[in-house]
Amino acid sequence: MTDPLIIAGTTFSSRLIVGTARYPNQQVMLDCLEASGAELVTASIRRISLEGYAESLVDVLGGRYRLLPNTAGCVTARDAILTAELAREALETNWVKLELIGDRELLYPDVEQLVHAADELVRKGFTVLPYCNEDPVSCQKLADVGCAAVMPLGSLIGSGMGIANPAAIELICSRSTVPVVLDAGIGTASDAALAMELGCDAVMVDTAIAQSHEPRRMAAAMRAAVEAGRLARLAGRIPKRRFAEPSSPQLGLVGS
Amino acid sequence: MQLRVNGVTEDVAATTVSELLAARGVDPAARFVAVAVNGSIVRRSEWSSKPLEADDDVEIVRPFSGG
Repeated sequence: MTDPLIIAGTTFSSRLIVGTARYPNQQVMLDCLEASGAELVTASIRRISLEGYAESLVDVLGGRYRLLPNTAGCVTARDAILTAELAREALETNWVKLELIGDRELLYPDVEQLVHAADELVRKGFTVLPYCNEDPVSCQKLADVGCAAVMPLGSLIGSGMGIANPAAIELICSRSTVPVVLDAGIGTASDAALAMELGCDAVMVDTAIAQSHEPRRMAAAMRAAVEAGRLARLAGRIPKRRFAEPSSPQLGLVGS
Repeated sequence: MQLRVNGVTEDVAATTVSELLAARGVDPAARFVAVAVNGSIVRRSEWSSKPLEADDDVEIVRPFSGG
C-alpha cells in the first residue's frame, strides 16, 4: 500500500472518512459509502426507541466498514464519557470520535470540557479522535493528553462553508504530532482537495455528500478530490508569486 | 417497580436487564446493544444476574446513523 493513512497503528488506504447521517434513504447511503471508497465511517449512539429494536445500522453495513462511534450531541464531559463507554460496549471498539459541544446553535466544541473528557477517555483505554476547534493550541492540548488524531473543523457542521480559516488549518498540520483530519463544513469537492493540499492527513464528510443533489456522484467526487489534493501536496506546489513569469521562451519571438 | 428507562419513568415488572430488554422487544442475545444503570455500564455478561432496583436510571442504546 503506497501512502497509507495511519491512525493509532491502524492502516487505511482511503483518506476519506464518511458519515452515515442525513441521506435520502438507506440504499443511497450504502451506494455513497461504496462510491466514496471510505473504510472508516461514523455512527452515533442513541437510545433504543419505544418501538423496539429494528434492523440496526451495523447489520446494514454488513461488516464492510470499520465503525467509528461518536458522542454527538453531548454537552458535558460526563455524558460524553458515558456515551463513549456505551459505544465501546455496543460496538466492541475502543475508538471514539469525541464531540463535546459548547453551543447548540453553532455546534462549536467546548474546548475545556473536550480536553478534560479526552484525557479521561485516554486513561480508560480509548483511542480518541476529537472533533475540535481550528486552533493550534487546542489541538496541541488534545495531542498532549494522548488523542490519536485531531479533527479540527473547517467551518460549522453541515454549513457547507468550506474551510473558513485555511491559514489556521495549515498551521495545525505543520505542527501536529498526530494525524489531522479536517472535519465539518466541507461543502464540495474543492474544499476537500484544499484540506489535503494544506497538509491534512484525511478529511471527514457527511452532509456535503448526503444532501447534495446527486449524492452518489458527490461521493465519487469527494473520493477523487481527496486523492487529487493528497497527490498535489506530495508533489510540492509552486510558490505563489506576485508577478508574472512567462512560460514560453523570451528569445526568437516573431517580429523581434 | 418504578424505573427511569431512556429518560422516561415507568412501572416495570422486570427485575433484571435481560427481562427489561425482552419486555421492550429487544432480544437479549442481540448484538450491538449497550446498557448503563445509574451512569455505569452493565456488561452483557451481567444482564441476567444484576438486579434492578427501584428508581434506577437505565440507558439502553444502539448505534444509529451519525456524522
